[in-house]
Amino acid sequence: MANINQIKKDYQQIVDKHSPKNKVVTNSIKAFFVGGLICTLGQLLINLYMYFGLSFYESTTLATDSLIFISFVVTAFNVYDNIGKVGGAGALVPITGFANSMVSAAMEYKKEGYIYGMGAKLFTIAGPVIVFGTIASVVIGIIYYFV
Amino acid sequence: MDLLIECIKCFVVGGLICVVGQILLDRTQLTNGKIMVLFLISGAVLQAIGVYQPLVDFAGAGATVPISGFGYSLAKGAMEEVKSEGLLGAFTGGIRNTASGITVAIVFGYLAALLSNPKSKS
Repeated sequence: MANINQIKKDYQQIVDKHSPKNKVVTNSIKAFFVGGLICTLGQLLINLYMYFGLSFYESTTLATDSLIFISFVVTAFNVYDNIGKVGGAGALVPITGFANSMVSAAMEYKKEGYIYGMGAKLFTIAGPVIVFGTIASVVIGIIYYFV
Repeated sequence: MDLLIECIKCFVVGGLICVVGQILLDRTQLTNGKIMVLFLISGAVLQAIGVYQPLVDFAGAGATVPISGFGYSLAKGAMEEVKSEGLLGAFTGGIRNTASGITVAIVFGYLAALLSNPKSKS
């Protein structure tokens, strides 16, 4: 009780001893390849849509939408978890990871009902992303107006 | 051939952005959600100071597909709309530019969750 800092330090040592050793390099290489592949898929979609005569802006938007949609399908079949196990941040950072986090949270809480369960839990991770994204865009817009 | 070079640039840049995320994931206490928010805000700020647009021009989907690209679209939309509509654009541009992504995510996300069940964790 007297020395709470000592206790905290001891606790941290125990945590360090028992937590799995980080394999940062191996994980990073995996993340590089999985993330790179997802982005390349996006690039191929952009080129495909431009080939069909859409503008660059339309193609980019549609490619992002397509990736979100693909991620939903893959998540619904419980496959995205496996990609995440291999890819780590390579599966988390692309927009597909954002889409996956929405559906998987909503799926888990299905038993709590269609409105407060799924309707609310769809935004467990998407909520903060949209909130801070909107705040950032408004702040940047206002600063841009005055600069 | 052009397509191949585009894909390589996209692959390398997209991969590297994910590596940054992986290092944060391994070396810090940040959770998945916080990393996403961090990347999103970074993308928006980098666009605001004029760094992200050249990256998008160089790498295409390698820069727009990571969640930082979502922040980039938000900031870009707000800035463009301020230019054309004035101050009110700051409140409409960001969401307008990302509306289709958000709508697709909500509508099909709900639908996907409705039609599927989580694999029981054993």
